[in-house]
Amino acid sequence: MDNRVKDNRAWLGVLPVLLIVAFSGIIPLMTVVNYSFQDILDFNNRFFVGFQWYSQTLNDPRFIEAFGRQLLFTGSVLVIEIPLGIMIAKGMPRQGKKATAILLFLAVPLLIPSNVVGTIWQLFARPDIGLMGVSLNYLGWSFNYTASASQAWFTLLAMDVWHWTSLVALLSYSGLRSIPDPYYQAAQLDGASQWQTFRWVELPKLKSVLIIATLLRLMDSFMIYTEPLVLTGGGPGSSTTFLSQHLATMAVGQFDLGPAAAFSVIYFLFILLFCWFFYTMVMSESD
Amino acid sequence: MINSTNDRSSKVAQTILAIYCVYLALPLYWLLAISVQQNADITGAFSIFPQDPSLKNFMELWMNPVWSRSFVNSLTYVVINTLLSISLALPAAYAFSRYQFLGDRQLFFWLLTNRMAPPAVFLLPFFQLYSAFGLFDTPLAVGLAHCLFTVPMAVWILEGFMSSIPKELDEMAKIDGHSFGFFFLRIFIPANWGGIGVTIFFCFMFSWVELLIARTLTGVEAKPIVVTMTRTISASGIDWGVLAAAGVVTILPGLVLVWFVRKRLIQGFALGRVK
Repeated sequence: MDNRVKDNRAWLGVLPVLLIVAFSGIIPLMTVVNYSFQDILDFNNRFFVGFQWYSQTLNDPRFIEAFGRQLLFTGSVLVIEIPLGIMIAKGMPRQGKKATAILLFLAVPLLIPSNVVGTIWQLFARPDIGLMGVSLNYLGWSFNYTASASQAWFTLLAMDVWHWTSLVALLSYSGLRSIPDPYYQAAQLDGASQWQTFRWVELPKLKSVLIIATLLRLMDSFMIYTEPLVLTGGGPGSSTTFLSQHLATMAVGQFDLGPAAAFSVIYFLFILLFCWFFYTMVMSESD
Repeated sequence: MINSTNDRSSKVAQTILAIYCVYLALPLYWLLAISVQQNADITGAFSIFPQDPSLKNFMELWMNPVWSRSFVNSLTYVVINTLLSISLALPAAYAFSRYQFLGDRQLFFWLLTNRMAPPAVFLLPFFQLYSAFGLFDTPLAVGLAHCLFTVPMAVWILEGFMSSIPKELDEMAKIDGHSFGFFFLRIFIPANWGGIGVTIFFCFMFSWVELLIARTLTGVEAKPIVVTMTRTISASGIDWGVLAAAGVVTILPGLVLVWFVRKRLIQGFALGRVK
């Protein structure tokens, strides 16, 4: 990126993107920020309330609980999917028809609408009609994810692993493929163990794709909405209600515009903060 | 010695891959199995293989205009979104990969922050914005709204691919006396098919699977199939067979897409430049 020519005319190329993102990004975001400082009774009757909605949201126990659940969920997702994805990528053939077939098969879950993923897992895990639910009960584990919070979590995580590990695997595969063979031969000549080869040859080359994979999984799992809604409806109780669902209920269900807007701003800032923190941490390590 | 340890550990990885493939396949098989059965059979005696398979559920989807129309609606906004994203992102990605300009790094990060925004945050303002422009309940509204997320992603992916193409290509074209337009459309874009294939894949992946915004911006006319699916609960309870059949149908466009861009996709992934 650094032998680039200095030329401000390049702005012309970026302009269309700026316009559309400004139209569909900045205007709505400003609206949200604007609402978050007002008490809106109806659209002709509104008051400036300062940071009232913010302090209310941050002190709301339901928000804090949903936030904690969100952290636990996102953490579990990353801990399972990143290593598993790398392992799957390492198990793939380097080229040939078989590699193509596996790549395409791995891509399938990524192209299924998230509510359909929810539906698939509902059909699969239900204790009355689902292959998994019936099998687990047959094996002696009384399994009903709609009644037990821990089983609901288990099913949700199984679903997310099913849905998204492929993304990590595909990205890792592309990273592994970019390593030239002589690197491996050199490592072998030096008598490097399998772990050493992974740590000193593969991992450095995988770094940039793993950053992308982790960022994508971090952001997306932090915004998860549809799958738990379809599968568990946020229950049993509110044991699987995450931030987006909480927010959607406030904004569209109850029309609490002010608090929902404050929630949105806090939510967005948290994600930005996480990603920025993660990004700078990884970047500073490389220098 | 070294070879044998390598083999053993790649055996472990291969086994994990095989188990994972089975894990991927099982729920898909079950979806397919349920989609060819009638509700009475599904909720009746449990059996791993469908007892009396038929395509009745698929016929129901085909005959019922609510289903078929919402399927077309979904495809319409996905195509609008993908075309818009690619055509807007190509020049921008080129600018980022080839030129330094005032505020380029800040701009790039700012674009990415849009990809990080939770769709739920935008629900309300989107609803008001698109209603104000008279676009509410049209596929165009959903296609445009999804651009907020897909355009930054497209710029990000394409920039990575374009940066991996040597600048000598640009200079050669100049020496050969080609105009910039000719170079960009006839030389540079064909050199980037791999990246474009990967970008199409990711745009489609976002727009086709997104539910929250699509549901908020549509009413009756432009209702997408993912929304129709959430409303299959009739008076007699959920019709599992039809629901599963609809699930199978929503997977098809993804499969068709993957099949058509498979060479580009493999080429793109194999370049190892999905940066």
